[in-house]
Amino acid sequence: MNERIHPTRRRVLQGLAGAAALNALPLRAQAGEPLKIGLILPMTGPFASTGKQVSAACRLYVQRNGDTVAGRKVDLIVKDDAGVPDTTKRIAQELVVQDKVHVLAGFGLTPLALATAPVATEAKVPMIVMVAATAIIPTRSPFIVRSGFTLPQVTGPVADWAAKNKIRRVYTMVTDYGPGLDAEKAFHARFKAAGGEIVESVRTPLANPDFGPFVQKVKDKAPDALFVFVPSGQGLAVMKQFEERGLRQAGIRMIGTGDVTDDDLLESMGPPAVGVITSFHYSAAHDSPENKAYVDAFGKANGGLRPNFHSVGGYDGMHLIYEAVKKTGGKGSGEELVNAMKGMSWTSPRGPVTIDPTARDVVQTVYLREVKMVGGKPWNVEFDKFDNVKPQEG
Amino acid sequence: MVGNFIGVLFDGVAYGSLLFVISIGLSVTMGLMNFVNLAHGAFAMVGGYACALLMTRAGMPFLATLPVAFVVAAVAGIALERTLYQRLYKATHLDQVMFTIGVVFMAVAATTWVFGPSQQPVRLPEFLRGQVKVAGVGFGAYRLFLVAVVAAITVALHLTMTRTRFGAQVRAAVDNPVAAAGLGIDVNRVFGVTFALGSGLAGLGGALGIDVLGLEPTFPLKYMVYFLLVVAIGGAGTIKGGLVAAMILGICDVAGKYYVPQIGSFIIYFLMVALMIAFPAGLYGRRS
Repeated sequence: MNERIHPTRRRVLQGLAGAAALNALPLRAQAGEPLKIGLILPMTGPFASTGKQVSAACRLYVQRNGDTVAGRKVDLIVKDDAGVPDTTKRIAQELVVQDKVHVLAGFGLTPLALATAPVATEAKVPMIVMVAATAIIPTRSPFIVRSGFTLPQVTGPVADWAAKNKIRRVYTMVTDYGPGLDAEKAFHARFKAAGGEIVESVRTPLANPDFGPFVQKVKDKAPDALFVFVPSGQGLAVMKQFEERGLRQAGIRMIGTGDVTDDDLLESMGPPAVGVITSFHYSAAHDSPENKAYVDAFGKANGGLRPNFHSVGGYDGMHLIYEAVKKTGGKGSGEELVNAMKGMSWTSPRGPVTIDPTARDVVQTVYLREVKMVGGKPWNVEFDKFDNVKPQEG
Repeated sequence: MVGNFIGVLFDGVAYGSLLFVISIGLSVTMGLMNFVNLAHGAFAMVGGYACALLMTRAGMPFLATLPVAFVVAAVAGIALERTLYQRLYKATHLDQVMFTIGVVFMAVAATTWVFGPSQQPVRLPEFLRGQVKVAGVGFGAYRLFLVAVVAAITVALHLTMTRTRFGAQVRAAVDNPVAAAGLGIDVNRVFGVTFALGSGLAGLGGALGIDVLGLEPTFPLKYMVYFLLVVAIGGAGTIKGGLVAAMILGICDVAGKYYVPQIGSFIIYFLMVALMIAFPAGLYGRRS
């Protein structure tokens, strides 16, 4: 459960030895204290796919950008919290006290991030939230900076799309925890404002064995569309029930945030997912040179695995850390690192991204996508976009 | 309204059937040796993975993988029983619980290590997908198949237990192992065979359940409570009790989620408390 990555340690050591022998002196820059990043993720348990995606993306960032930044060796310490908030908090404390990490990162679910916020505040250590997507998270500690997304941010566009596309009556089904409630609230507000009607709304438990009864009820209520939010990993189960119970044949469309057509699971869903409309900040099918290179490199390093939206949160989180360390000349305190991250802009595989300096949250483009078969496989194909969507917009 | 109700009832029966196949082995072995086997779900997972891997890696058709799932889980069951479980029959319940929960954690970790943490995808054959309309009510084709398979298994089990010599030995051993041994029944062997059969059925259930319950490494932990509920409510050692308990649980779970989704996932626990107060030894319990 505890891995340290030194992909090129040997090479660096050889380089050092060589440099010393030649009396050339790049040593001062190299001799900086190692930069320790404590990455806490659910590597086992029901949300393990998130941990796998994010840790793979972080490693890929180190691989592509070098394991030394501003003269400091990057030491990535990956820890497994299995998705249990108390464990996340305990691991964060251990990382801060024993390992003396300079940055905490990861956080696979909202409760995990909220449990750790006080630790970051007390230790004055930047806490990069790569995954958890409830809107309020950065307000819980001045040391939190988010590289992922928020639910209100990605929910609005699909509500507007539905209202404009002859969908009048919508049934909403969300998972009963922070991000689900955010998605429900944002969707209801936007869709009603656009003149739509919410037929009924249901909240499914976070640990949910069977979506069958919930989906059956949706069918019996015969709405124009079903809006779905489920955490990454559960989309497949929803899609199966949607297909088995013949909702499509009954004229009910599926819409949602992109969590439901998660790129990690989309291939397993196969043809039944075709036609699902979602709004989201990242698709593996996003058409840009940065993304093509990212998807290729990610697949190559992980046996053909497709990167999903959580992976890009991890990748950009690493970018934030690297850039902040560079900006502070490798000497920044926790507070200086956070200040360096504020207002930072760059082009991510997902498109243009900015960190809002006051909210410490991500401002980004949100895309409307439709699942289509391309080259025999389903992909989330983007067909419209909304630039600079604020994290709290809903 | 009536159509909805029939649909819910049917889904409940299908869900209950699945719980029954997986749990019945646990119920019988618990009644037979008074052995608390929390790792029963791990055998279901073994069967599930056998099915999923044969389909995705070897391209075997779904139906052909089902007998293999049964055999693989049965072999795994008997191997563990002969090497490890057997040593703990005389141990205290606490030791048994500690040991078997340890087996669960090892199974979860080993599966994650070898096959990764993700859900295993299973594409059902075309004729088991979609819905069949009967009198205006849609029934899931796969759930119909599930109910039919389980009905056949139940009949076969019933005949084995009531009509065969082996069945008589099992019943005798459950009722009074000491007297049965005194009459020359090799209780140890009977238990071994029953354990293998129970594990095999769990494996078959795991394979049948991939499409309904999903399949990933935490499966044995996620559903452990459901399997134990079937045994607790039905009463250890009986097939009839397990069947009735599994149906009650399945129907109430589905109906609860359909009609009162706000508290849907708690319904079965209320039910368990109520039934345990009314029937402390289970609905058909032979032993308290």
